Amino acid sequence: MWIYEKKLQYPVRVSKCDPYMARLLLEQYGGADGELAAALRYLNQRYTIPDKVIGILNDIGTEEFAHLEMIATMVYKLTKDATPDQLKAAGLADHYVNHDKALFYQNAAGVPWTASYIQAKGDPLADLYEDIAAEEKARATYQWLIDMTDDVDLQDGLKFLREREIVHSTRFREAVEIIKDDRGKKRFF
Amino acid sequence: MVNSQVRVYKPFIGPFDPCPPLPYRTYVVPPNQYIVFQPLDWPQFSLAEALKLGTLWPNLYSPYESKSKRVEEVGSDGEPV
Repeated sequence: MWIYEKKLQYPVRVSKCDPYMARLLLEQYGGADGELAAALRYLNQRYTIPDKVIGILNDIGTEEFAHLEMIATMVYKLTKDATPDQLKAAGLADHYVNHDKALFYQNAAGVPWTASYIQAKGDPLADLYEDIAAEEKARATYQWLIDMTDDVDLQDGLKFLREREIVHSTRFREAVEIIKDDRGKKRFF
Repeated sequence: MVNSQVRVYKPFIGPFDPCPPLPYRTYVVPPNQYIVFQPLDWPQFSLAEALKLGTLWPNLYSPYESKSKRVEEVGSDGEPV
């Protein structure tokens, strides 16, 4: 079970009225390398991984939901005060006809989230290497998102999230080392 | 146009919202939501009117006007429509 704290992991400030940026941010909401995929991937893989690294998957998977909430806040702030005409002008007419201003788990191109974005191979190395790749891809996505806005307050939140991907990747690579640990050791039974 | 099927609520307006706030959000509750089983012998539109509106019965009629070309969900006087 989880205990919920009714606050964001890191403050989200959006200062530029730029509804189109909301669409781009959806890549990290419902995209293949987004926060939803990350959270579900890690929390699902943790059941079939050696005991020593379950905690890493548990903690990082939980944090990904905190990141998902931050992205959702950014998207909502950027779209909540737009009229239908303004959404249309911002290139969001296709989102409006399907969802009004509701958030939806889809990527920046409007492709809905699917479970085939995530893997659970049951092999600890295969799963952990997938997780490392996912973190690096999410880091890259955050970089391209930071490139797409000149709102320094939004960039600040995105830079925090990007840094967390780097930390997570490091933890996962440490998990690989823990998994490999027996090599080169003499073990007596 | 005042439409009794429209519900209004005030979303939270934050002190640091990036865009000028819209004070109200609206949604429609069509009359069918209150009709468990349609009774017999309801008043009817004229046939020509019914063909145009899409229903024979005024009790089922739910109008909808475009939100386009005006401030969403708020009339020119700033009040919800």
